[in-house]
Amino acid sequence: MTAITRDEVAHLARLSRLALDESELDTLAAQLGDILTAVAKVQEVAEGDIPPSSHALPLTNVYRPDEARTGLTPEQALAGAPAVEDQRFRVPRILGEEG
Amino acid sequence: MSDVISMTASELGAAIRAGEVTSEQATTAYLDRIEAVDGDINAFLHVRRETALAQARDVDARLARGEELGPLAGVPIAHKDVFTTSDMPTTAASKMLEDWQPPYDATVTARLREAGLVILGKTNMDEFAMGSSTENSAYKVTRNPWDTARIPGGSSGGSSAAVAAFEAPLATGTDTGGSIRQPAAVCGLVGGKPTYGGSSRYGLIAFASSLDTPGPFARNVLDAAMLHEAFSGHDPRDSTSVDAPVPAVVEAARNGEVEGLTIGVVKELDNDGFQEGVRRRFRETVELLESLGAKVVEVSCPSFDAALSAYYLIAPSEASSNLARFDAMRYGLRVGDDGSRSAEEVMSLTRAQGFGPEVKRRIMLGTYALSSGYYDAYYGSAQQVRTLIKRDFDAAFENVDVLVSPTTPSTAFPIGERSDDPVSMYLADLCTIPSNLAGNASLSVPCGTAPEDGMPVGFQIMAPALADDRTYRVAAAVERSLAERDGALLERNPYAVASA
Repeated sequence: MTAITRDEVAHLARLSRLALDESELDTLAAQLGDILTAVAKVQEVAEGDIPPSSHALPLTNVYRPDEARTGLTPEQALAGAPAVEDQRFRVPRILGEEG
Repeated sequence: MSDVISMTASELGAAIRAGEVTSEQATTAYLDRIEAVDGDINAFLHVRRETALAQARDVDARLARGEELGPLAGVPIAHKDVFTTSDMPTTAASKMLEDWQPPYDATVTARLREAGLVILGKTNMDEFAMGSSTENSAYKVTRNPWDTARIPGGSSGGSSAAVAAFEAPLATGTDTGGSIRQPAAVCGLVGGKPTYGGSSRYGLIAFASSLDTPGPFARNVLDAAMLHEAFSGHDPRDSTSVDAPVPAVVEAARNGEVEGLTIGVVKELDNDGFQEGVRRRFRETVELLESLGAKVVEVSCPSFDAALSAYYLIAPSEASSNLARFDAMRYGLRVGDDGSRSAEEVMSLTRAQGFGPEVKRRIMLGTYALSSGYYDAYYGSAQQVRTLIKRDFDAAFENVDVLVSPTTPSTAFPIGERSDDPVSMYLADLCTIPSNLAGNASLSVPCGTAPEDGMPVGFQIMAPALADDRTYRVAAAVERSLAERDGALLERNPYAVASA
């Protein structure tokens, strides 16, 4: 049984940028523990000398010619924005000390 | 117009080309059908009648001018709401993207349009494609047309339900851990997962990028192959797209010869825990293939036992990274921006409100598996298991042409039965996941109904990467022989429309 504490869940929520409420933290602590117990099987099978695969197929980086192509117009790019100002995305303050 | 609805997609395409029916008439018939039955099924999130009819009239005009369009020109299709569409919203069934109108078409969308397929609307799914029942949609619960108290599978459950309820002759889906094959199996349809990289991910809202694969749903093997061919092939806009010709899937679907093929039954994908009727139909189908001249051998792929575990670490890890883009800044939902909160606070509030429980669970799980101190034990081990699974496939394909298994351990389960138990929900993907981790071709074809509940059973065929044609060839043999023996399977589905 992999136990995961409520504090760990709260820490993960901060890392994940999820403002979870108290009851979600409780539920997730139990569920994540169950899931991690169920998937711990990978540790029994995996051994030191097996190379990891991040991908199914052998891949090499793909380049295209460095030529200008038409992209979205500013209007198209901003059409789905939650807030717009002066043809830019308007966002909440980013630095803590600024008002 | 019930004749139009009962036609296969290839028949309808031929009738449109021959001028016996227009695309506008066919599209109207399907839109009317959606209006009549989708209140029971809930397959669609958005239906755009005028947009679809305008597309249909355009295709009719192009055909009248003698333009060379593909064999499916004018045929309507249901499109999973995970592909961007420049003329319809795209939500991935999430509140995070409610009413979001993308400014561009996904490559799959663009290729459907080029082939003259008419998009009727966008189908329901598990939020961000995370789930096996479509119960994780933020909008509605889709029902299985065979029994509306049961799930239609997931995550592409709106697509499978739409095709099974004859609301569309074809549909698109995406398969990350079985999200096409499992819904196809439980709705009595053909569903294919192409080789990874064989179909483009450009404009597909990402769940797990090393696994996500667009593929077709249809009511028969030939239609699925034709749709596969229509939207697959190299795409320079997708960096993991395979630069190789599309396998000859249509030819294989017409051929259906299995004499001389060697078929491997995967020992690890059939056990006592599976539903008895599923095992029975599976074994009968293997015997049928043997009677048609295939050589059947048992194959052991020992690492498959750990595939589900590896998947539920790898997919959430990639998801936790991919879904970081939903930051409430450039598009989608923004909550709590009252002037007093920082960007980070707004981001966290938005994500907590915009994501549903399963999405949050997977982001948290992925964040855990990737975090310092746990990375090697979880994500690292899972990647090693992925290597072992590829090796098992490689070794097996040295001796057999295809591998087979049941597509799912059970038939469609009742709505609500597993929604509070994530681990039991994840078991629905047990047989489908190995092909996602290894990236090879895989397909589910109906092989009858389970005697105990009358629900459809799927037969899974797996082939090496870029040998997708073999899955269609074997599926066509199964389909043909079962139709001769049992008659058309879908006629036992209460929402099926038979020809007049």
